[in-house]
Amino acid sequence: MNIVEKILARGSGKSSVAPDDVVFADVDKVMMHDVSGPGVIKVFDKLKKQGIAVDKLWDPTKVWVAEDHFVPSADKLSAENIVKLSNFTKQYGIEKHFKYGMGQYGICHTISHEEAMVMPGDVYVGGDSHTNTTGALGAFACGLGHTDIAYVLLHGNIWFKVPETYYFKLNGKLPDHVMAKDVILKIIGDIGNDGGAYRTMQFGGSGIDEMSVESRLTLCNMTTEAGAKNGIVEPDQKVVDYLSQRGATNFNLVTGDSDAEYSKIFEYESSEMEPMIAKPFSPDNTCVVREAPSVELDKSYIGSCTGAKYEDLEAAAKILKGRKVKIRTEVLPAAISIYQRAMENGLLKIFLDAGVTVGPPTCGACCGAHMGVLAKDEICISTTNRNFPGRMGHIESQTYLASPMVAAASAVTGKITDPRDLL
Amino acid sequence: MRGNIIKYPRDNIDTDVIIPGQYLKVHDYAELATHAMEGLDPDFHSKVKEGDFILSGKNFGCGSSREHAPIALSHCGIKAILALSFARIFYRNSVDGAFLLPIEIDQDAYDGISEGDEIDIDISTNEIKNITKNQTYKMKPFSDIIGKIIASGGLFKYKPDQD
Repeated sequence: MNIVEKILARGSGKSSVAPDDVVFADVDKVMMHDVSGPGVIKVFDKLKKQGIAVDKLWDPTKVWVAEDHFVPSADKLSAENIVKLSNFTKQYGIEKHFKYGMGQYGICHTISHEEAMVMPGDVYVGGDSHTNTTGALGAFACGLGHTDIAYVLLHGNIWFKVPETYYFKLNGKLPDHVMAKDVILKIIGDIGNDGGAYRTMQFGGSGIDEMSVESRLTLCNMTTEAGAKNGIVEPDQKVVDYLSQRGATNFNLVTGDSDAEYSKIFEYESSEMEPMIAKPFSPDNTCVVREAPSVELDKSYIGSCTGAKYEDLEAAAKILKGRKVKIRTEVLPAAISIYQRAMENGLLKIFLDAGVTVGPPTCGACCGAHMGVLAKDEICISTTNRNFPGRMGHIESQTYLASPMVAAASAVTGKITDPRDLL
Repeated sequence: MRGNIIKYPRDNIDTDVIIPGQYLKVHDYAELATHAMEGLDPDFHSKVKEGDFILSGKNFGCGSSREHAPIALSHCGIKAILALSFARIFYRNSVDGAFLLPIEIDQDAYDGISEGDEIDIDISTNEIKNITKNQTYKMKPFSDIIGKIIASGGLFKYKPDQD
């Protein structure tokens, strides 16, 4: 069995599973945030009316909650959602609630790894499509909707069709000007935005071994944009070190068997990788930056679970150091812990000196919700993960997806720019 | 189940156009319905009637896990989406929450069914009848678990232990 089959077999109490088997798997961790949480509360209200008991959760210690989409509260309704969420976590005894304005908080997927909320080998589900991110720690990490999360909160398990696995092998270390974001954009461009649909996308090979855990998180994050059920990397010493630095030591590393089966293997050479962008209006509409259209950008956005981890900010700072931005540029670290490190290590000073506005952690403009959305006809280069019509604001705005290095270089020139031109 | 078709002949209708991100804070189902398809078709609300079906191409509902998407469509009266394929979270949200039926169709049905056609869907025989054009197509049968969850009326009414 491969790693996902082994995790799902353990979770469902079976000695083995194979693609297309339907299993009910026990869930080890479940997450909801200030959008899916109130959605789950609504499902609970419906269930109550149907006479289904919702007075206690299966295990509140396995549940954690983030405030990320509409914080700082964008308006009265989002403020009320936060109150609702707080009342819920209090009522049901959920202690791990990362609150805006009270120390560590941030985008749920970032909290999942910064706070070591998910362990290798876990069956982890979250009320957000980018739950796939955390597969980089070697967990089966999968996004679900409100009804399914409500079901998990009450039953502790949920059904899955065991996915077939596409294995993406990356050979060799990436060049310094190429980031994990470029690799995943290249892959999505190749297989299309339903190219991984219903499947696992697993990453391995010497290029992945060389990668930091944070880079692997970027890869797994955007498996969602290929329609994948989950993304995963087999855990290694880097994952062990990453988690132990965050106080987590009690876990088992699950890896695939030597005769593990994959339905398809894709092979990439790191040395051939180039800085990439995805043009509007789909993450699979990719090209190399060297062939990017010549457009006048209005904004550069360095934020989100995909593109505002510490190493993302470090990469952007490397470009922005001693330079000034030519277009409106925002950096929003994805969690307070990252914000703090960026402050301690001088990154925030580099950003502010360059003319960048540094904002609080939030999903904010990434999903067109608030805090810097785009006007009609505005064009943005962004380290986020989606560029559908209207995704970051007005339906006639445009978003180009790029790595933090490309977004920073483009902030300096006002045009889509290969970081090699500034390094 | 009988209704009329609203056809969007394109692939990749994503959840951001079905219900834009600014409405994710809304959890009132009736209010969500008033914003359905706002990012794609400003005329949707003048067209849609109780019992209608949407017909579209590949990868319908791609993008976010927002359950707001099937909720908004179902509260406009949409009973089923007929599409060449579906994105996975939209598909399972539609079924597990018993909001609407995601029906996978083949290219013949996609090409043959037009805007406004009256359609009869029979999930017991996996047949789609085009009443307007007097044509019949096959739908892809639901997998075992999906069929059982639909027959139960959603995930919470499905009893896996009885299998």
